[in-house]
Amino acid sequence: MTEDEFAAYQSLNEETGDHRWAFGTGFTDPLEGIDASVPDGVDAAALTAYCLALGDDALIYSHRLQQWMTRMPELEEETALANIALDLLGQARMLLARAGQAEGRGRREDDLAFFRDEHEFRSVRLAEHTDADFAQLAGRLLVFSAWRLALFGRLAASADPVLAAIAAKGANELAYHRDYAAQWVIRLGDGTPLSHDKMAAALGVIWPLTDELFQADPVAARLPGVAADPAELRAEVDAVLDAVLGAATLDRPPGAPLARVAGKAGRDGLHTEPFGYLLAELQSVARAHPDATW
Amino acid sequence: MEETQVRSGWPLYEVFLRGKRGLNHVHVGSLHAADPQMALRHARDLYTRRNEGVSIWVVAAADITASSPDEKDPFFAPSGDKVYRHPTFYQLPDDIPHM
Repeated sequence: MTEDEFAAYQSLNEETGDHRWAFGTGFTDPLEGIDASVPDGVDAAALTAYCLALGDDALIYSHRLQQWMTRMPELEEETALANIALDLLGQARMLLARAGQAEGRGRREDDLAFFRDEHEFRSVRLAEHTDADFAQLAGRLLVFSAWRLALFGRLAASADPVLAAIAAKGANELAYHRDYAAQWVIRLGDGTPLSHDKMAAALGVIWPLTDELFQADPVAARLPGVAADPAELRAEVDAVLDAVLGAATLDRPPGAPLARVAGKAGRDGLHTEPFGYLLAELQSVARAHPDATW
Repeated sequence: MEETQVRSGWPLYEVFLRGKRGLNHVHVGSLHAADPQMALRHARDLYTRRNEGVSIWVVAAADITASSPDEKDPFFAPSGDKVYRHPTFYQLPDDIPHM
C-alpha cells in the first residue's frame, strides 16, 4: 500500500473526540458530569416514574431484539438489528440513570434494571411482545419507533434539560430504526403474494397492542412542560403508519385493542405472561452475581 | 460469487467510504443486499459503527470491470523500466508536503 493510500484509510479512523461510542467500555455512569438537579417546580416523584417508564420501554424492547441474535436470516440484518438493540439499551441506561437521580435514593441504573420485579416495570405491552417471525419483528419495530420518535421529538423541548438532551440524542437513532423497519414492511408488503400475506398477518397480531401507546398517562399529566401527552402523538404516528402501509399495499388491520386487566395495562405494571420469562433471562446473571464487574 | 448467490440469493456490493477529512472514497469491504438502497443501509450498519464516514458509495460487484491477474505482466510490467514517466528529475523544495 502506498503512503497516499494509507493516508486515505487513516482519515477514516480519525479521533472524533467522542469516547462514548460504545456503552459499557471505560465508564460506568452514562450521565457522568451532568447537572443532576431536578428543575424547580418539577414533581420529582413524577419525573422518576416518567423516566422509569420510558427507560423500561427501551430496556425490554432491546432485550427482545437481542433474543433475535444468531437467528436472523442474513449476517447484514443481524448487525443492523444488533445496532438497533444497542441504541435502545443506551437510551435505557440514560433514562434509568435519570430516574435514579430524580428519585434521590441512590439507586443506580443497574439497581433499577436488575433488581425490580415484574409488577414494578412500567413498559408498554408492545415492548414485551415476542416476535413470532421476521414480519412481526418489522411491523412491531415500525409501530414502536414511529411512536417513540414522535414522543422524543416533543421531549427534546422538555423543561427537564437532562430528559431533553436524552430525547434529542435518541431521536436521531429512532429515525433510523423507523426507516429500517419501514423499508422492510414495504419490501414484504409490496413483495410476493406470500410475503404480502405474512406481513398482513403480522400487522394483525401487532395492531391490538398499539392502542395502549396513546392512552392517558396520569404520570405525564403531573409533568406539564416536561412530559408529552400520549394522546397528542396519535395524529403524527397515524400519518407515518398510513404512509408506510400505503406504500406497502397493506391495510390497517381491524381488531379490538388488547384489553386492560382490572383497569390496568403496561404503564400500571401489568404485563403479559411471557414478560416473566423475559425478565428472568434479563436479570438472572446480575442477581446471581450482584455488583460483579468485568 | 456463484456459490454465494446460491446461498443467499442476494448479490454482492462493494462499499466505499469517505472520512470526515478524507478527500476520496476508499474501498472498505463488501456485503450482500437485495438492492442498492438496502446495500446503503447495510453499509451504514456494518462499516460506520465507529463514526468512520460522512459519505458512503455502494457499487454492485458485478458492475465492476477488473483487470485479470493472468494479464498482470502485459498490463503492468512495461511501465517498470520507463523511468522518464516518474517526475524524479525535478529538484523539490523540502517544505512541499505530500509528494
